[in-house]
Amino acid sequence: MKQKMTAAQKNEAMWAWLFVAPTMLGLIILNFYPIINTVYQSFCKTGDFGRGNVFIGLKNYATVMSDGETWQAFINTIKYAIIEVPFSIVIALVLAVFLNRKMHGRAVYRTIFFLPMVCAPAAVAMVWRWLYNQQFGLLNNIFHTNIAWISDPKIAWISIGVIGVWSIIGYNMVLFISGLQEIPKDYYEAAEIDGATGIRQFFAITIPLLSPTTFFIVQTRIIGALTVFDLMFMVMDKTNVALRKVESVVYLFYQYAFTNGDKGRGATLVMVLLIFILIVTAILQKSEKKFVFYN
Amino acid sequence: MESVRVKTRVTQVTIHVILIIFSFIMIVPFAWMILTALKTNQEAISVDPFYIFPAHGWHWENFGTVWKSYNFLYLYRNTLLMIFFRVVCACLTATMAGYAFGRLRFPGKKFLFSLVLIQMMVPAQIFIIPQYLMVSKMGMLNTTFGLVFPGLVTAFGTYLLKTGYQGLPRDLEEAAGIDGCNIGQKFLLIMMPLTRSSMVSLGIFTAVFAFKDLMWPMIVCTNAETTTLSAGLAKMQGQFSSDYPSMMAAAVLAVMPMVIIYIIFQKQFVEGIATSGGKL
Repeated sequence: MKQKMTAAQKNEAMWAWLFVAPTMLGLIILNFYPIINTVYQSFCKTGDFGRGNVFIGLKNYATVMSDGETWQAFINTIKYAIIEVPFSIVIALVLAVFLNRKMHGRAVYRTIFFLPMVCAPAAVAMVWRWLYNQQFGLLNNIFHTNIAWISDPKIAWISIGVIGVWSIIGYNMVLFISGLQEIPKDYYEAAEIDGATGIRQFFAITIPLLSPTTFFIVQTRIIGALTVFDLMFMVMDKTNVALRKVESVVYLFYQYAFTNGDKGRGATLVMVLLIFILIVTAILQKSEKKFVFYN
Repeated sequence: MESVRVKTRVTQVTIHVILIIFSFIMIVPFAWMILTALKTNQEAISVDPFYIFPAHGWHWENFGTVWKSYNFLYLYRNTLLMIFFRVVCACLTATMAGYAFGRLRFPGKKFLFSLVLIQMMVPAQIFIIPQYLMVSKMGMLNTTFGLVFPGLVTAFGTYLLKTGYQGLPRDLEEAAGIDGCNIGQKFLLIMMPLTRSSMVSLGIFTAVFAFKDLMWPMIVCTNAETTTLSAGLAKMQGQFSSDYPSMMAAAVLAVMPMVIIYIIFQKQFVEGIATSGGKL
């Protein structure tokens, strides 16, 4: 099978290896070694700074899987995703359809909707926490209510989800707009001649032809939502009574690995999360043919 | 005919009303952040829905107080350095690797590119513990190097630039080959300048995501003098959570630089994030 390379081919290969060397070296040190190391640590009881790793087999997995807090964190994360993903996508789609035409103020609207995307989630969460403040917050003040937005376990997860939706709408919208621009205009013109209304055009043309974009956004948003951390960390105090019902898997991972210094347990939890995400991805890939329309 | 025109007019107005309502929802948190930052704490916590603007003068000095007491100069410097080095490293390594993957033939190409794709599929949290341990073993905690470390190379950027290079016409390179350019010269003089828009996208994408990152700076830079804006805010909130004007002034200081840059370069920002995000 192996053929001798010509001098020109050799030359090309040398240049190519030179060019990919920094990236590949970096990926091996920064990503592939860490994957293996995380797997290894998940089988270990770790001392401080990773020293004194003692192999304990599946014990970490047994601890993590039998801990109610793990399961609660997974439920919390899924609940967050159920708020963030559909709402941010549907609202963004509607806004994108509205903005995908010549109209006054189009650029201004786009700038405003996209604004949260360039703001640090830490700052965004701080502001929302102030809006949600039970005694002095703007929301309770305007509506003359006395709702514990972020410390009532029954509603805190929705309040956090709302921040997530608010933060990501603009991003989804921009992706939808670039998807919409790829739909040929003549489809709509033909529909116009046939007398189809705007709403009918939306369901008969826009939705199916936009489905590759939609599928892509759904997929990235689901994975993004399953790894949410910043919002929970910034909005929920450690003393907040609703924390248990809101904390995400990555939040719990941060607590185990970096607040409590139990790297083994943190590594185990993040491995469980990885497996979960891989399963979700596989299911999504399988369902792609069903939901996505390619012409 | 008249009724059709009335109907489209009504639709137009409805659309604008919906868009204005949404714009309002998007703006209110920002407005309230800025207005609170300009009040005294007494004013901020006075429970009156119509008490929107500061009544007893606008307290601009809140910004000065926060600036001094939280060492914002350090936070800005650290954030800026982290963004600068991450953008430079990402663009440099990704453009080289992207060219090789997009344009050159070499043994092992398929395998190496599959490693790039695998890295993109794995959530970043998997890498954090070992990355932290490496930085810690090198004695690089609380340094700029520590902040930049996970962003030295980028699988996603490599993928993005590879698609950029693939889209360029073949004959350019062939012409350069006839003129006696070697591969390095072809890359540097002809091909790289043509992928400028992909590079700008990658740069903006890298900068925005470095700026927003919270967990990594919190882990590797625990000192107030060495950490970034995001992690600095987290620290402040833990210490001074009931001084609302100060907290909001800090939040304003943390988001404003990026917001101003965004408003100036919004076309590049939106396109950069949309094109790179769209290929993610």
